[in-house]
Amino acid sequence: MRKFLASAKFLAGTAASAVLFSGAAARADQPREWEVSFQAPATDMMRQIERFGNYTMWFIVPITVLVLVLLLVCIVKFRASANPVPSKTSHNTLIEVIWTVGPVIVLLLIAIPSFQLLTAQYTPPEEAKLTVKATGNQWNWDYEYQVDKTFSFNSAVLQDGDRAKAGKEDRALYPRLLAVDNELVVPVNTTTRVLITATDVIHSFAVPSFGIKMDAVPGRTNETWFKAEKEGLYYGQCSQLCGKDHAFMPIAVRVVSDAQFKTWLETAKTDVPAANKALMAEIDGTNKVAAAGN
Amino acid sequence: MAEAAAHDHDDHRPHGWVRWVYSTNHKDIGTLYLIFAIMAGIIGGALSVAIRMELQEPGIQIFSGLAQMVYGMQGDAAIDGGKSMYNAFGAAHGLIMIFFMVMPALIGGFANWMVPIMIGAPDMAFPRMNNISFWLLPPAFILLLSSMFVPSAPGAFGVGGGWTIYPPLSTSGQPGPAMDLAILSIHIAGASSILGAINFITTIFNMRAPGMTLHKMPLFAWAVLITAFLLLLSLPVLAGGITMLLTDRNFGTAFFVPDQGGDPLLFQHLFWFFGHPEVYILILPGFGIISHIVSTFSKKPVFGYLGMAYAMVAIGAVGFIVWAHHMYTTGLSLDTQRYFVFATMVIAVPTGVKIFSWIATMWGGSISFKPPMLWALGFIFLFTIGGVTGVQLANAGLDRSLHDTYFVIAHFHYVLSLGAVFAIFAGWYYWFPKMTGYMYSPVIANTHFWVTFVGVNLIFFPQHFLGLAGMPRRTVDYPDAFAGWNMISSYGSYIAAVGVAIFLYGVFEAFQKKRVAGANPWGEGATTLEWQLPSPPPFHQWEQLPKIK
Repeated sequence: MRKFLASAKFLAGTAASAVLFSGAAARADQPREWEVSFQAPATDMMRQIERFGNYTMWFIVPITVLVLVLLLVCIVKFRASANPVPSKTSHNTLIEVIWTVGPVIVLLLIAIPSFQLLTAQYTPPEEAKLTVKATGNQWNWDYEYQVDKTFSFNSAVLQDGDRAKAGKEDRALYPRLLAVDNELVVPVNTTTRVLITATDVIHSFAVPSFGIKMDAVPGRTNETWFKAEKEGLYYGQCSQLCGKDHAFMPIAVRVVSDAQFKTWLETAKTDVPAANKALMAEIDGTNKVAAAGN
Repeated sequence: MAEAAAHDHDDHRPHGWVRWVYSTNHKDIGTLYLIFAIMAGIIGGALSVAIRMELQEPGIQIFSGLAQMVYGMQGDAAIDGGKSMYNAFGAAHGLIMIFFMVMPALIGGFANWMVPIMIGAPDMAFPRMNNISFWLLPPAFILLLSSMFVPSAPGAFGVGGGWTIYPPLSTSGQPGPAMDLAILSIHIAGASSILGAINFITTIFNMRAPGMTLHKMPLFAWAVLITAFLLLLSLPVLAGGITMLLTDRNFGTAFFVPDQGGDPLLFQHLFWFFGHPEVYILILPGFGIISHIVSTFSKKPVFGYLGMAYAMVAIGAVGFIVWAHHMYTTGLSLDTQRYFVFATMVIAVPTGVKIFSWIATMWGGSISFKPPMLWALGFIFLFTIGGVTGVQLANAGLDRSLHDTYFVIAHFHYVLSLGAVFAIFAGWYYWFPKMTGYMYSPVIANTHFWVTFVGVNLIFFPQHFLGLAGMPRRTVDYPDAFAGWNMISSYGSYIAAVGVAIFLYGVFEAFQKKRVAGANPWGEGATTLEWQLPSPPPFHQWEQLPKIK
């Protein structure tokens, strides 16, 4: 159960931060209060990115601490009052070789897994089973499903006035500036290819918990892929400055079961709003059943 | 006899406004640059404080009101105008800090003042060109500032495309004249820098005192020489890129227009071919300053002098072949990304050499913690933090998650705002007594350091967390979950602003109290030539060229 505080002003209270830190144990698929690391991975790719990020920390934190410690030693041991007569040493070939070769080795140790990660990002484990095309506009996204009967719909930020009508009044599940009117719906555990382009200026399609970010460039079609492992709602935001409402064109992906996706797809081909309504009703129903079962 | 000598000097020395406007004296021009940089820094800093005020809480608080005040917009138009104004503030903050604060301070200011003195030259090679280099800057700055008050997109004022001005947002996305003014401003500022670079290269190659070989030259002069080459080679590429932008906007060309066969990404390649060397242009002179300060206050010669000089050469050279690490998410091919990851990581090696050599210079020394040394120590540690996050960002696979988030903002402010700017203040407190003849109050200088140190770290360290959690950069509003760290960051910026006020008071106080500094206030550790001259140095120095052993 995620706990989100409605008002940021409440954060000013120091007591609040303690509550928030304790509440940060279970990580989620959207940004959280006082988060200090990545959002929880929802794909294997993001897990690899997170693992590599943590791996680099094993080098950069000790290096930073080493520099700090050496500086402190200089400050304490070699301050004028402690060491009135300076040495005149200005060369030491051995140490100069060490601090050149040492970083080279560290960089090699970082580079090898780095290249593996990069290669993995461009090597989907299997042929994509679903292709959707995301087209960035100022300031919303068009999603086109390239299935037997291609169809598309528009996805824009959810306005506060429309929450009730859309049945999205739960601000923890549908946060301000992240929730949209029509989510991108994809099946779970399915390699999904995303073709990305734009109609006006450059945008960028990013979903942090999936570990993907790809610019939407007019006149080009970029490609990325993801394979979401868990059903749920995942949020991202446009990640390339695109004008006035750059902050107001979120990306929301609803990952559902295979069966739910098939049902949704059939209806969506002709009537997207009706398909979304039915899908939300079904998901709410199963959630309630699950809650009752607990 | 004495009268005749004084008369001789007076004859060549202009007075009043003529001295400044017509100036061909490197020290006067350096002073003009420093005053200009301080004024631009205050304006650029004020813009960033406005940005932080807006981001202190979720929602749009500040900028709708500002749009109402400045542009006279009402209601929804004020909200929309405010969003655009926020973008304009971001772009102006970046451009001002880079082109009108850091570059004028380090290159036009300190390098103009100190490089001729340090190499034993009477002045720069082309004194009149030096004059035009400076006097191109005020009109460039006025063009950029005035761009904030003319239309860009419908219902919007000012350049709203970030300092990187990517098309199509900077072409079809903003048809109004604001972008044209900004392009002309960058053109003029670029021309100013190219002229300055030619001047420095010629001066350093041809006007060194007898006996001063390149391998005996002070590291600051080395740093400025390399910086000048970077400027000379990279700025024309930027000029080409923004000229193409200008003709795309006004004369029907289609370099960056995809539906007429152009490519928006071409601009990004041109921009970053300039943009990446540019970040080394901003930091290399700082490297030189820090070397002098660390050596002076440790009373030891610089450790590994040749390694230090050639590390800067290596950073400058490799800096030209890493530009597309700013473009990992644009759809570059896998092999291209592999190459840029590799090349980028190489830069960490000479940078490491510099950090360790500074520490080795201190090792065994007899260190006094005067204000310049405090800033230099702060520089070394904070630059290291910015450096290691740079190593992380070099990895395209990891950058996938970090690109265009606040993590990047935190990274480059650690190397520039906490790196280059700390180097500027270190240089200021190091050379202020030399340039003015007056000693500042060390208490005020130290207070300035500590307040700034706390402030800037509070601003930028939490931004690492925001970036990791996925907060995109350049957004006027953010999901409520990001509120906490943004609030801390904003408070930090207010503290840093207090630091600026303390700095200005310190300058005022030094001129008011007029404590005489003497030729060499720093003692035996200060060995470069400027400390052999009186403070302030005579209007023309080295009429008898110094001999270097």
